[in-house]
Amino acid sequence: MRIAVLTDIHANREAFEAVLADAAVRGLDRIVLLGDVVGYGPDPEWCVDKVAGLVAAGAVCIQGNHDSAATGGAESLSANAKRAMVWTKARLTDAHLAFLAGLPLTVTVGDVLFVHASANDPGAWIYVTSDSMARGSFRSCEARIILCGHVHVPLLASSDVGGVVRVQAFHMATPVPLIRSRRWLAVVGSVGQPRDGIAQAGYALLDTGTNELTFRRVRYDTAKTVQKMRVAGLPEDLARRLIQGK
Amino acid sequence: MPILPHPGMAIDGFCLGEKLHEGAFATIWEVTHPDHPTPMVMKVPIIMDGYDGPTIVGFEVEQMIMPRLSGPHVPRVMGVGDFSVMPYIVTEKIEGGSLLSVFMRAPLPLSDLIEIAAQMVHAVAELHCQRVIHLDLKPENLMRRPVCQELGGETVLIDFGLSRHDQLPDLLAEEFSIPMGTFPYIAPEQYLRCRDDLRSDLFALGAMIYELATGKLPFGMPEKLKGVRKRLWRDPVPPRAMRPEVPEWLQEIILRALEVDPKHRYQTAAQMAFDLAHPLQVKLTPRAMKTRQDSLLTVLHRWRVVRKIRRFAAPDSVAAQLASVPIICVAVDLSPEGEPLAVILCGSVQQMLITQPDARIACVNVLKTARIGIDRATDEAGNNLHVVRLVALRAWAVGIDLPEDRLTFAVLEGPDPAPVIIAYATANHVSHIVLGARGHSTARRYLGSVSAQVVAEAHCSVTVIRVPEWREGVAKA
Repeated sequence: MRIAVLTDIHANREAFEAVLADAAVRGLDRIVLLGDVVGYGPDPEWCVDKVAGLVAAGAVCIQGNHDSAATGGAESLSANAKRAMVWTKARLTDAHLAFLAGLPLTVTVGDVLFVHASANDPGAWIYVTSDSMARGSFRSCEARIILCGHVHVPLLASSDVGGVVRVQAFHMATPVPLIRSRRWLAVVGSVGQPRDGIAQAGYALLDTGTNELTFRRVRYDTAKTVQKMRVAGLPEDLARRLIQGK
Repeated sequence: MPILPHPGMAIDGFCLGEKLHEGAFATIWEVTHPDHPTPMVMKVPIIMDGYDGPTIVGFEVEQMIMPRLSGPHVPRVMGVGDFSVMPYIVTEKIEGGSLLSVFMRAPLPLSDLIEIAAQMVHAVAELHCQRVIHLDLKPENLMRRPVCQELGGETVLIDFGLSRHDQLPDLLAEEFSIPMGTFPYIAPEQYLRCRDDLRSDLFALGAMIYELATGKLPFGMPEKLKGVRKRLWRDPVPPRAMRPEVPEWLQEIILRALEVDPKHRYQTAAQMAFDLAHPLQVKLTPRAMKTRQDSLLTVLHRWRVVRKIRRFAAPDSVAAQLASVPIICVAVDLSPEGEPLAVILCGSVQQMLITQPDARIACVNVLKTARIGIDRATDEAGNNLHVVRLVALRAWAVGIDLPEDRLTFAVLEGPDPAPVIIAYATANHVSHIVLGARGHSTARRYLGSVSAQVVAEAHCSVTVIRVPEWREGVAKA
């Protein structure tokens, strides 16, 4: 089974569409979205509608901290994220909010666990940025593969037979064999707001047949999204972030 | 606790037969599978009680890399098993056995030695093309695939437990603090814990060819790491000092491969294979003439410099290293009517050298032979045709400003130029063929041109050069 794993769309319609198109040509059986459908970006309604449509057609979607903030308290967000969230909330209908509120925090499919931030305490929105931050996820679940988002910077870590967790290097678009003697954790790069210096939409493809994970990047119409953000009056820092990819 | 392999055991459809080999780190078993008629072997790592890091990680590295390799110089993988039941990797059985028995007979007769050396280097060049550095080349890890008993065979590389794929996670990178490899063959930079330089494999090849030529190991059999370190400053006894009939060109190749600093070695296995295939054109340096080890004073001086070195500069990646030092084959038409084209071709090659200054240029010309009957080796005036062509080819290349060791000449023979050029390019790991295309005559369109066939059938990039034509339409417009 080929699973396209998308995360942190952040209401960026152009990036979302580009990733779906790229994944479609590679042939996929399932879509999993790791949350943060809204927040920061200019197209929250369209993105929630699209995700709801995909879920109705069999996709899985997890709740992220921005989805949670849209339906409840936004205390944990940064200043710019809060401003964007106020703007976002005003755009969303009750049906949109109900959809976001109803999303689960984790989903397990076979030996793969999907979560927005971290498998240990999913609602605490922990950033997995190093081997020590990944250790908690490995300790708190049995899944052989843990896929998460939230950081906006892709990362790969493995836990070996002795339980030693180490960050592993990978190359974009080169399949990584997730050998079965280890457990693996991948932070999938953000669709709608990449922060690793590459201003392209990120996602990952998991092939459970060949047991390989591929990190991918896709070009999208950044200028169009930025223009929409400026028209909408969203914070300029957020627009600049898309151009720089960090 | 994993279960232990035993004859008659069945796992994932594989049935174990007899134990073929028991090493320090793994056992090898004959296996059968109803879906695979080919003879196969299963390698099962021996995991010590408790946590046996190096063996486990080495096995994981093999599991990661081996299924991604292809071609005749690596064993085909039929199945892998993880630690949940019993870790194993099943590959096709290489019938010829390891080269260890050949090394036992060293020093070898020169003709055998050169052929085996060329096969080993060729296999490593093919591996590097797949972005993998072996890092544990030694006689036990080279197998022989018999193609046909008369014709010898091909070298197959096995045991990828220490290998490095430059695009996959390097599970061994931070795992262990000690240098990994086999002490007699390990390169100086491997001693300094570098795992991403393909030139480390060339050092091991140099050490093995040295062994085949002299029957001795260039750096002895160090048992401790301290003994390995010595090769950073102490040069080996030159092969010709032990065996004077070793040709100078072969000593040049061996000692170049054994240079301490990787930047002074061959830069790719393809370059090394090229020299083995063109012995008369190997550029001889003082290395070729050496008759004794360097004086103690020289060694002391080198020790002072080298003892502080923490690492040597390594290339960005295997692919980048291969791309930066390509072998470019230029096929030149030396006939009088091909002259304008030959001039333009020479200019194009000069242009290419501006962007690829480290390229090696192999100039070739094809001497057409008759399909049936006996060819004359001399022209009307009694000159050797082969030599005449070679002289003309060298004259053509006068404008190409390259040191002698990076410019070679070969006159090939065959009834049909295109297949001859393609065969030469394939055998010599050529990465790019450059040749001219003659005009657009109707006959050529129907009979096919040399350049069209080379473009269609070569395994590498091909650039076709044309003489700019006077086009009437353009002139009128």
